[in-house]
Amino acid sequence: MLEDKDRIFTNVYGFQPWNLKAALKRGDWDDTKALMASGPDAIIEIVKESGLRGRGGAGFPTGMKWSFMPKEPKEGKPNFLVINADESEPGSCKDREIIRHDPHKLIEGALLAGFAMRARAAYIYIRGEFIREAETLFAAVQEAYDAGLLGKNAAKSGYDFDLFVHRGAGAYICGEETAMLESLEGKKGQPRLKPPFPAGAGLYGCPTTVNNVESIAVVPTILRRGAAWFKSFGREKNEGTKLFQISGHVNKPCVVEEAMSIPFRELIDRHAGGIRGGWDNLLAVIPGGSSVPLVPAAQIMDAPMDFDGLKALGSGLGTAAVIVMDKSTDIVRAISRISYFYKHESCGQCTPCREGTGWMWRVMERLREGDAQIHEIDTLLDVTKQVEGHTICALGDAAAWPIQGLIRHFRPELERRIIDRQGQQLEAAE
Amino acid sequence: MAEAKRLPATPEIRERWGNFAWTPANEKQVAVVIGRYPPGRQQSAIIPLLDLAQRQIGAETNTQGWLPIPVIETIAHQLGMPPIRAYEVATFYTMFNLAPVGRFHVQVCGTTPCMLRGSDDVLEACYKKGLKKGSTTDDGLFTLTEVECLGACANAPMVQINDDNFEDLTFDSMTAVLDALAKGESPKAGPQIERQTSCPEGGPTSLPEMAGANHDYRGSWS
Repeated sequence: MLEDKDRIFTNVYGFQPWNLKAALKRGDWDDTKALMASGPDAIIEIVKESGLRGRGGAGFPTGMKWSFMPKEPKEGKPNFLVINADESEPGSCKDREIIRHDPHKLIEGALLAGFAMRARAAYIYIRGEFIREAETLFAAVQEAYDAGLLGKNAAKSGYDFDLFVHRGAGAYICGEETAMLESLEGKKGQPRLKPPFPAGAGLYGCPTTVNNVESIAVVPTILRRGAAWFKSFGREKNEGTKLFQISGHVNKPCVVEEAMSIPFRELIDRHAGGIRGGWDNLLAVIPGGSSVPLVPAAQIMDAPMDFDGLKALGSGLGTAAVIVMDKSTDIVRAISRISYFYKHESCGQCTPCREGTGWMWRVMERLREGDAQIHEIDTLLDVTKQVEGHTICALGDAAAWPIQGLIRHFRPELERRIIDRQGQQLEAAE
Repeated sequence: MAEAKRLPATPEIRERWGNFAWTPANEKQVAVVIGRYPPGRQQSAIIPLLDLAQRQIGAETNTQGWLPIPVIETIAHQLGMPPIRAYEVATFYTMFNLAPVGRFHVQVCGTTPCMLRGSDDVLEACYKKGLKKGSTTDDGLFTLTEVECLGACANAPMVQINDDNFEDLTFDSMTAVLDALAKGESPKAGPQIERQTSCPEGGPTSLPEMAGANHDYRGSWS
């Protein structure tokens, strides 16, 4: 288990104030200037060496992403850092805790990351519904300006850096990086075709890197303690510490920072008070937020909670939003409700997603009641394959995968409902 | 995408809202907001300004506010963008109300993590108090909306009412929150059980020192 001295987000539960004075005492903003003294490339190298992979879901190596940014921005084309705080993936609630309880880790990280990628300004795009969280973030940024930690000669480093907070207004799709840029430019949040990638042409057509809140907020501690320290947790290529968010049928749902690759059983027993009704009562787990396929109980119990461990189970770590379902769960309804979510959140730009998400949800609702023919299960599976990979962004994939996971692992349950209903209708007819 | 009610720009609505103007305090805030974006990129301010307008109208009408079409047009004009581009934004994002709502906008999360922990009971508590999805109670007090994941899943089930979250709800605690609001009281936001934010119920399984004092762990770094 991760020791307390190795936890980055020491105020994750907000027992103590979020403000600058309290954050300074916890070690934030401690000689930030010295961390910058070795220069931007040295910071990128340390982040690369630490093994940090993006914490927003895709798991792309953070340091490598930064290295795609132009080293010498052209006149009139400044580099931008955009921090994705549009936390909206069902199950996910970690960035919220960073923002409302440890915002200075994020703000200091923004300066360091911005400096490393030669950005003079950064925007934090926070989801509109995080109203109180945004109030805290605005206030924390103001504190940092007032203390000379942002703005001209930020933290006395000699580097000028501005940080702005931008609130969204309710649209899951804005968590997709190019939709976020559209939204930040004052448009409806519909994803852009790639290429060009944001590092070439992003915000206002300028080179841009979009990083998740957690990816940025861990950077100051990595620089202070060294790449080797961060890399000492978790399995190879899955290194570091991670905020896990445990919801659903556990005795004590919570958010907690743990070492990557912690076995599922240990994570749940140690921090979430075990499975409701005991381990024999576990049905399935959605281990990384709503868009990753579910994993049946027997397969996940002793699995390592990391990118590769969950990929090997046909699922993914995603945002490490662990949704636990016990045997009382109507598993078809649970997945159908996710299908409804994607139908609601489809931006409408690509036909397979615009039409497919609604179609899949309607079939899921019939399957829930067993009001279908057995062969329709395969028709549904076929449609998910036609949506998957045929849209501009990954929302189509995200809508398809949960259904594919359900059919892969719970086809007998889907068939049982259909057969039961047909049996009831026969009885009624007699 | 938004499927909520919309009011067209009838002559009455143009008459009522055609001369929308910012309050002096909001006028200042508009300049602050536009100042966050590079010169010539003021269109970036459309979302914050629509939100500000909705809040101003909310304050004027003692509700959670809404965006009449003439108001959207006024803001578009102010930002130098075609009205249709502003309307496109107003209709895309779910937090913009395109028809009036009540004094309390009760937004119950119904997505799977909340569903697993009893959002059906939370909705049932709302129905028992006479709230109906997609409409406002006759006394103008409550508008009920089922919303998608609000990002507080470790404290499910939850509801957002105006600017506050109420979390770890049951049928009874949701009923109590609605009763308190109807009586003009201010129920305590956050978890409705004995619990510190998203900490495990019963106390932390990590970082116990932090519960008592602002502990600095750097002394034990190696």
